[in-house]
Amino acid sequence: MTSKPFPGRDWNSHPAYVSPDYRSSRLRAPSKPLQQLPDTPELHAGPHFDGNAVRQLDNDLLKNGAHDGEPLGQRIVVTGRVLDQHGQPVPDTLIEIWQANAAGRYIDRNDDNDAPLDPNFLGAGRAATDAQGRYRFYTVKPGAYPWGNHHNAWRPNHIHLSVFGPSIATRLVTQMYFAGDPLLEFDPIYLAVPAAARHRLVAEYSPDVTESGFALGYIFDIVLGGAGKTPAQT
Amino acid sequence: MSTDHGQTPSQAIGPFFAHGLIPEQYGYAFTSLAGTALASERTMGERVRIQGQVLDGEAVPVADALVEIWQADAEGRYMHPAAPPRNVEFTGFGRAGTGADPHNRFLFDTIKPGAPQTGHAPHIHVFVFMPGLLNHVSTRLYFSDETSANERDNVLQSIAAVRRNTLIALREQSDEGAVYRFDIHMQGPLETVFFDL
Ligand SMILES: [Fe+3]
Repeated sequence: MTSKPFPGRDWNSHPAYVSPDYRSSRLRAPSKPLQQLPDTPELHAGPHFDGNAVRQLDNDLLKNGAHDGEPLGQRIVVTGRVLDQHGQPVPDTLIEIWQANAAGRYIDRNDDNDAPLDPNFLGAGRAATDAQGRYRFYTVKPGAYPWGNHHNAWRPNHIHLSVFGPSIATRLVTQMYFAGDPLLEFDPIYLAVPAAARHRLVAEYSPDVTESGFALGYIFDIVLGGAGKTPAQT
Repeated sequence: MSTDHGQTPSQAIGPFFAHGLIPEQYGYAFTSLAGTALASERTMGERVRIQGQVLDGEAVPVADALVEIWQADAEGRYMHPAAPPRNVEFTGFGRAGTGADPHNRFLFDTIKPGAPQTGHAPHIHVFVFMPGLLNHVSTRLYFSDETSANERDNVLQSIAAVRRNTLIALREQSDEGAVYRFDIHMQGPLETVFFDL
């Protein structure tokens, strides 16, 4: 059986595996070149989740971990579209997010950062995109937190995201940052991305998305890889 | 806002993903999208366990990795929206964290997939995410008891013979049934073959 090779990842957009300033990459990044795959139909399909995967409050982190009050911190709305490489919307796909609370502490039992937990904040959510590829989350702005990568290292404010898209080749796990964060220029995870692509990880403040008297609005569009469809096929 | 439609770059998953991605396995108050059991009693096919460790460049088992698998059903069909819903108790997708096991293993209870198409041996797609890994890695698990199908598989045969064995899970019989062992080596002489995907 002969078939053309699968195009693979766009390495002008993604970080290299080995990034020595990011200390834990040294022993965990593959050292050999990736193997090319022939282009077969299964690379254009992937896990799909039915409507039960997202429940009513799953996209509202202000409410889904609340016990006897509201979480502390700056309320924000994060919205945007999931698109393929040709700018076409990716409808009905799942986005999962997780984050630290406003003080920079995760609910994770292994997080030993000396900052308070918030009894009303879980820091996890999920949403599905609509027919236009749009998603929306309500949460609080996560705090920066110290980590052990180098002396006095602090992660910039960030929200972790996981996106499926239509195929196993569109799978993406990434982090969303906030425009103007002074910690970005010191962060080896952000700086591992090719310079020309870094701005794609930074959410922009939007007065239109901001909800009056309630929450600041940020826009974060997500463009997936994978072979996609050629414009002629769409 | 970006208008170039350049791909959103990948970033490491970070150490504290369990409450978001596998909360039930780790005892956090959120529902899991998927877990370590892919098949129910009623799922057609041979029930098997997939078991392994993710090992770093010093051969130390990784305690904070997320492993995802995606596979066809016993008749070689992948579940997707356009496929006929014949096997309702089977989605083909599983997730496991290595931090939930005392030996830092990932364990999946599933069914052995059928061969998905002519020329391809039965296999399971495996994806690994962990801190220190800026892009997730993608590999394939093939089965040690499928020798002749493996010899005809064009993906396996495209790999140098010395590295091909890194993709073959070894079948063992335990008290509870068939177990396939599949360790994932990030570096070193046994480094697993990872695909550009
Ligand atoms: Fe983080």
